[in-house]
Order: sequence, then C-alpha cells, then structure tokens
Amino acid sequence: MSILVGKNTRLLVQGITGNEGLFHTEQMLAYGTNVVAGTRPGKGGEWVLDGKVPIFDSVKIAIEATGANTSVIFIPARFAPDAIYESADAGIPLIVCITEGIPVLEMMRIRNYIDQKGTRLVGPNCPGLLTPGEAKVGIIPGDISIPGSVGVVSRSGTLTYEVLYALMEVGLGASTCVGIGGDPINGTNFIDVLGKFEADPYTEQVVLIGEIGGTDEEKAAEYIADHMTKPVVAFIAGQTAPPGKRMGHAGAIVEAGSGLAADKIRALEAVGVGVAKQPAEIPSLLG
Amino acid sequence: MKLHEYQSKQIFSKYGIPIPKGRVAATSEEAKHIAQELGGRVVIKSQVLVGGRGKAGGIRLAKTPQEAEEVAGQILAMEIKGLPVRKVLVDEAASIDAEIYLGITNDRAARKPVMMASSAGGVDIEDVAREHPEKISRVHIDPLLGLRDYQARDLAAGIDLPRDLWRDFSQIAHGLWRAFLECDSTLSEINPLVITADNRLLALDGKMVLDDNALFRHPDLAEMRDMDAEAGAEVEARKHGLSYIKLDGEIGCMVNGAGLAMATMDIIKLYGGEPANFLDIGGGAGSDKVAAALRIILADPNVRSVLINIFGGITRCDEVARGIVTALQEVKTQVPMVVRLIGTNAEEGRQILADANMITAESLADAAQKSIVAAAAGVQTQ
Repeated sequence: MSILVGKNTRLLVQGITGNEGLFHTEQMLAYGTNVVAGTRPGKGGEWVLDGKVPIFDSVKIAIEATGANTSVIFIPARFAPDAIYESADAGIPLIVCITEGIPVLEMMRIRNYIDQKGTRLVGPNCPGLLTPGEAKVGIIPGDISIPGSVGVVSRSGTLTYEVLYALMEVGLGASTCVGIGGDPINGTNFIDVLGKFEADPYTEQVVLIGEIGGTDEEKAAEYIADHMTKPVVAFIAGQTAPPGKRMGHAGAIVEAGSGLAADKIRALEAVGVGVAKQPAEIPSLLG
Repeated sequence: MKLHEYQSKQIFSKYGIPIPKGRVAATSEEAKHIAQELGGRVVIKSQVLVGGRGKAGGIRLAKTPQEAEEVAGQILAMEIKGLPVRKVLVDEAASIDAEIYLGITNDRAARKPVMMASSAGGVDIEDVAREHPEKISRVHIDPLLGLRDYQARDLAAGIDLPRDLWRDFSQIAHGLWRAFLECDSTLSEINPLVITADNRLLALDGKMVLDDNALFRHPDLAEMRDMDAEAGAEVEARKHGLSYIKLDGEIGCMVNGAGLAMATMDIIKLYGGEPANFLDIGGGAGSDKVAAALRIILADPNVRSVLINIFGGITRCDEVARGIVTALQEVKTQVPMVVRLIGTNAEEGRQILADANMITAESLADAAQKSIVAAAAGVQTQ
C-alpha cells in the first residue's frame, strides 16, 4: 500500500547520535519503522536507545551488517553533502535528507552525481516520507494520518501536516506522503512522485502541495495532462508573497516574474486539477 | 546576499578579469584625491544595492579632480530608492567602442549553472531576454566538469565577438566561472563588459549575489553584507536564525515552516485581513528563538493581533510554548494573541499556555478568523 517506503524498509539513520537524530529515531521506532542501524563515525560498536539500534562507523559497514536499504540524514548542512555521497557510494537505493541549508552549487553536484549512480534522493530540506500504518522515514508526525488511498506530494513540511490532518479529520487516509523539500534544486521532483502514484495500485487520487518559485508545478501540470489517469487536487502557497523576497525556503522566490502562485494555479486548473483556496478545502475537492 | 559593484569588481579582479583603475570613497575629499591619482576623466558611481542608479543620477562623469569632489559630494548626499549613498566608486573613465553582457546564474529547471552572453550589453538582461531573445547566447555548465574552453568559444562566436578578442574573452569567462563557483554565487555578471577604443576587454560594471546558505564557508564575504539594504527587523531576525519579511498588514504571524507560513498569510487575506509579516521560526526552534520572534513581531507598530500557528514535527510545541511565556515576561503587551498548536508535544504545549491568557484556535481557518476579529477589536478600544 505504498511507494518508496513501507514494510520492507530497512532504515539507516545517519547522524543518529545528534539531538534531532536521536529524538526522531525514537519517534520512527515508536511508529513501527524498522530502524536497523545508525551511523556516527567514531562510535561504531555502541548502541542507542537502550540497545535498540546499533551504531556503525560508516554506511558501508552498516549495510554489510544489517542490510539497510534506505537512509535518512539528520546531519548539519556543512556535513550533509558528504553524508549523501557516502550513502550513494555505498549503494543505498533511497536516501532521504532532512537537512536544510545545503548550498545550491553543492546540490547541483549532488544531483548530477546521484543521477549517474541511479540513486533516489528525497529532499534535502524536507520532512521525509510517511506510509501510514507501515513506516515513517523522517519527521512527519505519525498521528496525523491514517492508512488510505490518497497519495500526497509536497514541497513543504508543516503545510503537508496541515493537509494530512485535514484529510484524517474527514476519514481520508494516505497511501504515502512524500515531502520533496523546499530547495531550488532537490533530488526528487513532483513528476517523479506523480509517476510512482500513477503506477501504485493502492493510490486512487493525489494531492499536490506546491508553492511559489521555480516551474516544478507547471511541469507537473504538463505531466498530469499527458500521463495521469488518477485525479489530482492541488494547493499552492504564497499568493500573498511579495516578489524578489525569499520566503523562508531557499526555493520559494518569485524571480524575474517567474514562479508566481497565480501562474501555477492557472497551469494546474487548465489541465483539470482542482486547486483549493485553503488547505482545509482539499478534502471536499477529492472524489 | 548582494555585493556592491566595487566589491564584486574587486573579486573579479582577483580572478584575472580586467577592471578599470579606481577606488571607493566615503567622502568628497577622498574622491578628489583618487581622481588626482588617476589623472584625466573619472566616473563617480554611487554604491547602493538597487538597480537604476544611472537613471537616478547616481552615476556621473567628472573631467577634473575639482569636479570629481563636487559631483561626489552631491552623490554622497543622495538617497536612491530609499537607500542612502554611503560610498562612491571613482573609476578611470573608459573610451567605449562596444558594450556586451556576460553573466552566470543558476538554471533551476536544468539544475545547472548557465552562462549567458549578449551583444546587447549595458541594459537589463531580462529586458533583452524578453525583447530580443536571439541576442543572447547560453551554455549550461556541468557542475562536475566546470566551464570548458569550447563553451567559452561558443559564446564568443554566438555574439559575433571579433576573433582577435576570443582569447581574452575566454580568460574572462573562466575567471567569472571560478569567481561564481568559489564564492558560492547565485548570480555573477559583468554588464557591460566593454570593448575599449584601443581594443581591450574591460569589466566596467559588476554584480554578485551570494548564496546565503553557503556563507558559513565564506566568513570574509559574509562580512561584506550591507545592512542598509535590509529592514532592521530582518537583520535582527537573521541573527536569531529566523526568516522574517515585513509586510504592510496588521496581523503578525509566527509560524513554523515556510510553506505553512505562506499558507497562513494567504488564509488571513482570504478572510479579509492583511498579514503584517512572513515569519518562519524554522525547524526545531527552541524557546529562545520563539521569544526573539515574538519580540520582532511586536516591535512592528502596525501589528494589532498576532497569530501563532505551530504544527509540530521537528519543532516541539512545548518548546514553542515556553518561548512564548518567556517573551511575554519581557515584552508586556496588550496585543491579543491567537494560538494554535498541533503535532509533536502539542498537549504539553497547551498546558504550558493554559495560564497565559491567550485565544486558542482549533483549525487554521478558525485561527485566521479569530485573529482578524481580535485585530479589529483592538483597533476599536484604542
């Protein structure tokens, strides 16, 4: 009942001994995620959380010992690129990077490198993924969504929680929720996730949450028109954002007249996507 | 973060890009001395971080050191688009045969830097892109390979640059690429890059924008920030690791997460209010950050009510609640506050705020409506 993460996820936490890493490892375990390993160079052989998760010195050793197939990164921005390269180089097929603040030129190198390796990176600057009832990889609170058939994909973090919660309140659950992150260059884009939802038999409809900046939503609209049979509903944040200002997310900026919320809404509506005026309206637009 | 022309050109010069002889001056006397040293005609250029300096009268020619002193004095007394002119650049005047454009920026859609050249230099490249797209040559730079020689030649050929200048042009293009790369720039441009009367290439004007996320590895560049170019509250917010943008409305917003912060502003507008600001306290904000955020919001005299919308994930609601309580102990305020907490440790957060005399809301729509009502009520009682 999922894409990307689920019952078969064997999770490795990079940066497991940091404050956030440890806190969220505990949350992920409590949710039932199969956290098999953590890394912290220099602490290999130790354990965290009362012997629940073993620590390894490197991703390579952790994979050999535990068969980890997904990694999640809780490492500060100046060290996060190295963590991504290390996981990609060790052959992890799915990397989820929560870290915010990676320089954009660094992300361009990362994106080009992982594309060559065939690694899927979700994020950075993202809340991760949640497949309700199966696994959560990242920081999306587990108690705001229930298993269901709505696929959710979003550039935002907390705005996504808002939407998951609104869905749950009317009894709608999610197949998988994917936070692709708010940076101008990221590992996974809307169309990558839309393609996976289209192919997933358990996803019946999709919610897309976009925001100002870039043209990813416009590309998603084209993709929906050409490739999607499942209904898509959207919300676009930033209609009141002034031009030329970076609205928190590195990627959320209207530049040279490009990236406006109004253009994205128009592009999506033109291909039959219902666009909600506020997050709470999304459930009523779903079939 | 934007750099001034003189800062950008100094960086370009370090990378082997020829720039006019000149120095920056903060007084008219200094400008006179620089003009004396340079001899001959000079250009006095205001150093402010806005476009349209020339049209505003902030770039002028002076024939003698005396005239340079006089002109510099006039320009240093100016305000351009609300920004005071604190420095002028005094450059040797060049004899210009032709003006071209050369710049690098990031192409988000291609996920690569793109270098652009145009034979139509000296004007805004966005105008050229709109009106004469055929006059722009572009090459995308592979971030793993860097700029290659053939790409620089392609650009030179693309703008019909005379062949005897190709070698110099290529050197400048490589210098610009290295400056862009090594400074973690998001925009580096030379506009215009001129062909002088004696057939040399010279970077007459320069502009650099740096990636704020990369400043941690460029402490020398981070020090160049011009605080005038930003509202005081935005500078203060950045010190605390907050992202704040002042707007013109009356409802202050404190939200965790940029997307939710924008959605919160949008919904205030949807119900007929106007947001006073964008404020993202970020992921994992502790109580210190929250207290700083609240102080910044309340320092805006237009604020009539505050909407605090926290959906806990990496941020824990109890930490936020503690920050609110701390801030309210310092900042005594009559401004009504509407709080909505949900997610990680929300229950603990609500308990901490139970005694703080706040309006609570269940949903975002509810919070927006209550903050609008509270703002209107506040106005009536004043």
